Parts: sequence; C-alpha cells; structure tokens
Amino acid sequence: MVKDISVTLAGICLKNPVIPASGTFGLGYEMAEVFALDRLGAIALKGTTLEPRFGNPTPRIAECTGGMLNAVGLQNPGIDALVGDVAPKLRSLCSTPLIANISGFSVDEFGICCEKADACAAIDIVEVNVSCPNVHKGGMAFGTDPAAAAEVTRRARKATRKPLFIKLSPNVTDITAIARACEDEGADGLTLINTLLGMRIDIRRRKPVLANRTGGFSGPAVFPVAIRCVNQVAKACRIPIIGCGGVSSAEDLIEMMMAGATAVQVGSANLRDPLACPAIIDALPAVMEQLGIEKLQDIIGIV
Amino acid sequence: MEKRICTIERNSPVAPGCLRMSLTAEESLLHRCGQFVEVAVPGQYLRRPVSVSLSEEGRLTLLYKVVGKGTAALAALKPGDKLDLLTGLGNGFDSGACRGKALLAGGGIGVAPLLQLCRDLRAAGREVSAILGFNTAAEILLREELEALGARVTVATMDGSAGIRGLVTDALQEAGGDYDQAYVCGPMPMMRDLYPLLPDASEFSLEERMGCGTGLCFGCTVQTTEGPRRICHDGPVFKKTQLPW
Repeated sequence: MVKDISVTLAGICLKNPVIPASGTFGLGYEMAEVFALDRLGAIALKGTTLEPRFGNPTPRIAECTGGMLNAVGLQNPGIDALVGDVAPKLRSLCSTPLIANISGFSVDEFGICCEKADACAAIDIVEVNVSCPNVHKGGMAFGTDPAAAAEVTRRARKATRKPLFIKLSPNVTDITAIARACEDEGADGLTLINTLLGMRIDIRRRKPVLANRTGGFSGPAVFPVAIRCVNQVAKACRIPIIGCGGVSSAEDLIEMMMAGATAVQVGSANLRDPLACPAIIDALPAVMEQLGIEKLQDIIGIV
Repeated sequence: MEKRICTIERNSPVAPGCLRMSLTAEESLLHRCGQFVEVAVPGQYLRRPVSVSLSEEGRLTLLYKVVGKGTAALAALKPGDKLDLLTGLGNGFDSGACRGKALLAGGGIGVAPLLQLCRDLRAAGREVSAILGFNTAAEILLREELEALGARVTVATMDGSAGIRGLVTDALQEAGGDYDQAYVCGPMPMMRDLYPLLPDASEFSLEERMGCGTGLCFGCTVQTTEGPRRICHDGPVFKKTQLPW
C-alpha cells in the first residue's frame, strides 16, 4: 500500500500537505524534541509584526462546544527577531519549508515585513495575514474590504519574489470578492480561513470571558464554514489554496482537499494534542486506501 | 512532554470542592516538582492543566478544585477509567537552589505542588517550614502530609476557625522568618502580597487560563523583566527577580 501523499504548492514540493497553522505551533521549535519537525509538510510560523508585541491582556482563551476562542492579539518578538533568530534556528533543526506569517497595522508595515522576510534565506513562503480578528486598527480590517486587501497584496507583491499567500477572513459577506482582488494583484495563493469572530460571557460574573471581549472562534465546529469558503474560492480563482479551519483527522484533510485545497493547515487540534499533525500524516495512507485514492494531488478540488 | 494514558486508582474528595486523584504510572512522570499535567476531559475540547502533588514510581497524584465544567467532568471520573494526559509540563521548582532553610507558602488549592517539593527538600536534608492559607478550617489541605515529612506547618484561615486568623502574609509576620529560600504557590493577590517580604531567590508558581499547556498557543503570557513569557512553557515557576511586581 504505497500512497503518494506529496503535493506541489506554488512550485514547492511538500512531502505531505500537513502544515501546523500560524499561532498554534509556538515559535516552531517547541515540539522539536517530541517529534521530528521534518515529518511536517511545512511549518507556518507565528504571526509577526514590525515591532515586538505583548498581545492582549489575559484571559486570552475560552472554551466552547466543538472548539475554542482565542484573543492572543499577535504576541510576537517582531520581524527582526523572526528573520534573525527564530527562522534560522528552525532551519538548523529541520529542512521542511517555513512559512512566515506577516501581520501589520498599515500597508507600509506589511511591505517592510515582507521585504525582511524576502531577504531571509530560511523562509520559503510568505503568508500575509489580513484576517486577525484580535487586534484593533489593522488586522482583519485589511481583509474585509476588497480594495484594502488588494492594496496590501500589491505592496507585499512588490516586496517579495517568494511564493506569496494571503490569509483570508471568513468574517465577510463574499469571500470570493476578496480572494479575486488578491489574485488580481499577483498573489501566488490564498490561505483560508482564519478564525470567526466570537464572544463568550461568564454568566456568574456577568462579564466577557475574554479580557479582549471578543476572540477568534476555531476548532472542529468551524470546519463546515471552512469547507464552504475553500470550495467557493476554488471555483472563483485559479491560484492554489491552503485550506484551514477545524481540521482534526486524515478524513477532514481529504475533505478539505476535495473542496479545493492543495495543502491543509491544522490549528486548534495542535492545542488539544501536540501530536495531532504527525497522527494525521500517519493515518493518511490507510484512509486513502479505504477511499481508493492513490495520489493526494489527484483529489484537489474534485467537488 | 510525554503523552500517556493512565488508569485512575482513586478520585475522591479531600475537602469541600477539592479532590485527590491518583493514577497508575510505571515510573515518575515528572522531571521536577512543580511541573504540571494537561488532562483530556470528557466532553471538553481543550485539556485542563492540573497540579501534581506527588509523583512517585507507580503513582501520580493530582490535587484539584472543581471550578467549572472541565473540573466537574474530571470529578465525575471513576476508579478504573482511563485518563489521557500530557505529563512533565513546565519548568518546575528548583529544589536544589535551596542551600539552607526553606519556606513553603501556599494558598487554597495552590498548596498542591508543595507536597512533592517538601519531599524533595527533605530528601536533600533541608529544614522546611510551611505557611498555608485557607478560607476556613474545613478547606485545609496537606497539613498532615507536610507534617509527616517533618515540615513545621503554620496554618492561617480567613475566618479564624483554625490557626492564625488572617492571610498567609499575616501568618508570615507572626511566625517570623528563619529561611534562606521561599517557594510560593497560590492566588495572585497572595503572591503579590508576599512578593516584597521574600528574598530575591524566591520562586513563585504562577497560574493563568491556558489553551494548550505546551507553549504552542501563547494564551497564558505574563510580562516579566525579561519580556513576555508563556507561563506553561517558560514557567509556571518564575524567580522573584523575573517578576516586575
């Protein structure tokens, strides 16, 4: 039972399509002693801004049925630490492709960060996050308006020749309009979806559970939303998609690829079980056998 | 970090709302006292971080308080049930840093990790005194266990129903201090009140709502003198000099 689980993403060959999603895999090397990072198809690094950020006050995490809310607020050591320390250290530990995830509060900040990521030999793909729901001014504001998403993409495209992915928000009325705007400005691919904007209230304290009041909703409960978004965008655009949202099993990964994803990011599942990614990779050949799939690449967007 | 499936031997109340759970474990699952575990709870998406009060060959003992749905589901588990846990999380206390007399200060369920710490300190021949704070006499935890290890224990209760009436800080001032190194675990207001009273080498075990417990999500960050740190991954134990209080 030899199955081909490799995929080609924007010209880069991944040994498998499993990628831990940005913000759910630490700085990237925390799990290096637990499993070989080279088992992963690629690694999406922590969302990074121009300046270091502490992020939001705590509590930043809330539980909900079928998933969780987070309002971390882009805590990160800043782009200079990413390209100077984090990415080179990770590169010394593994050879799997590294995806820098860039956030910003202005178009110029996105541009400068992408230039720095472009100059970093350890980084293979640049993913621009216009969809963080947990920061005020900026973040998701760039991903909910086609003109603003286009402007960020144009600036990022000027800044890098590396494969450029734009990470989109589901918190919009028509995700295909945003997706097409990014494609038209030269994006090599799209990552979707980021978290859904949510909120929980502690009914005993009569206060929001999260110090930030609202947070990003993720986990298995959002999987159908992600499948719908990926499928809509796959029909509307020609560039490759990294599917993301609630993926927890090899079956979920195959469903996401059938919807139109070339590769798949695993997010909240890592927080519940840090071995989720290797477990999905291990389970793939047997699930493919059951479903009569020889090559994963063959099922991309067949639905 | 290691993932284990353990069998529950006992899961029974030790004080109102507080339970002790013992699990079978072939070998000690902690590298240092003060490390914690993340348990998968039936019906809940995220694991729950739980303090380890003893880790020995053959047995892991957890001490926890029911505060919400996750811990309530944990309390409903029965002997013989299996528990999926991530073990050996966090840095733990540095019991070897104590060269003379040790003071343990704990409040409420925060006393949990002090038992293993006391055992390690006593095994190294250290003199140990402990100050434990609770709301009321019925909530007292671990007093006999610590005394059995040879620690001198002072209890403080808010309502005066046992020991000294008042806070751990009141008891510390009343009992006086003859110690070189302090180890603290309890509610944040207690730790902040103790902070100015204790030597620089003192260690504080912090608590925060966690997502993963393994350093992946950045949910439990605290500001330190060295910058933002993840309590689950870089802590939970921080030296006094790292805390900008």
